[in-house]
Amino acid sequence: MLGILGKKLGMTTYFTDNGDAVPCTVIEAGPCTVTQIKTKDKDGYEAIQLGFGVKKEKQVNKSQRKIYEKLSVSPARYVKEIRNYPVNGLKEGDQVKVDIFKEGDKVKVSGISKGKGFQGVVKRHGFAGGVRTHGQSDRLRAPGSIGASSYPSRVFKGQRMAGRMGTDKITVSNLKVVKIFPDTNLILVKGAVPGAKSGFVEIFK
Amino acid sequence: MDKIKLISAGQIRSDFPDFNTGDTISVSVKVIEGDKERIQQFKGIVMGIKGSGVSKTFRVRKISNGVGVERIFPFSSPKIAGIEVLKLGSVRRAKLYYLRNLTGKAATKIKEKKKLSDLVINKKEPAQVKSEPVVDQTTITEEKVSESVSA
Repeated sequence: MLGILGKKLGMTTYFTDNGDAVPCTVIEAGPCTVTQIKTKDKDGYEAIQLGFGVKKEKQVNKSQRKIYEKLSVSPARYVKEIRNYPVNGLKEGDQVKVDIFKEGDKVKVSGISKGKGFQGVVKRHGFAGGVRTHGQSDRLRAPGSIGASSYPSRVFKGQRMAGRMGTDKITVSNLKVVKIFPDTNLILVKGAVPGAKSGFVEIFK
Repeated sequence: MDKIKLISAGQIRSDFPDFNTGDTISVSVKVIEGDKERIQQFKGIVMGIKGSGVSKTFRVRKISNGVGVERIFPFSSPKIAGIEVLKLGSVRRAKLYYLRNLTGKAATKIKEKKKLSDLVINKKEPAQVKSEPVVDQTTITEEKVSESVSA
């Protein structure tokens, strides 16, 4: 699976050649350094390890620093492994750029969604809530029954309840690549992408 | 953010005359039918201007055969061939949503700005269409109206 790491910059309107206004997310993707290539013989599976962004030298421990020193690149802020990447002669220390995609491609984008805090069941799980009328009080956003009584005398594991929402890894598939700017490492993807601005995202094809 | 502005900078159009809420304008819209392209006029009152940058839009309302029609145009849309300001309106609102509740003559009438001769209409030339467009009959009649107004 082809892929690249990037940073979500925000959304804008982009006008295509035939005049259509397309809502787009702008992602700064790459350049990523290939920090390791894993092979079936050595590691048991095929994968490529990409590094993106810059980390201060003092934030990296010695064992990791040696890896980057060997490749003579600065330490990466984000490191991710992508399985079954078509290596095609890539070596460790090489760079993966945004031009691995082309306009019109359908891509998958993963990111960490915005945190919503402690939320009730109506927002968190899409429960309908209670009825407004017929003499009800304080039942508007209540979850209702959470199980039977004397048997089983407990609440089953996995019962959907209120709690922390957001900050989950979310993947959106079938997003169309509208435009690529190889000089500035920018990619325009039609539609919204999970996460906040300047959040870390992964793009796969 | 600056990188987003760099992308949109090449797309923002500024080749239209200045107009405001309450003005009566005529928007030339490129319509593609099959492989033919023609220009269609949309003449009406500007109800409001919204947004900023490349996403800035304006809303035009007209009464067509007794039915109110509103269209929202992005300022930067390549589908707009040109904009002509026909009348300058004097209004006390930024958004003229109250026009929707009006019927009859009141729905199309906006107080005109005084001292029309002092104000410069069509300061900038409307965008020139490269290929000479096929002008349909309604366009010609509307152009005559605009000439009489500016005269």
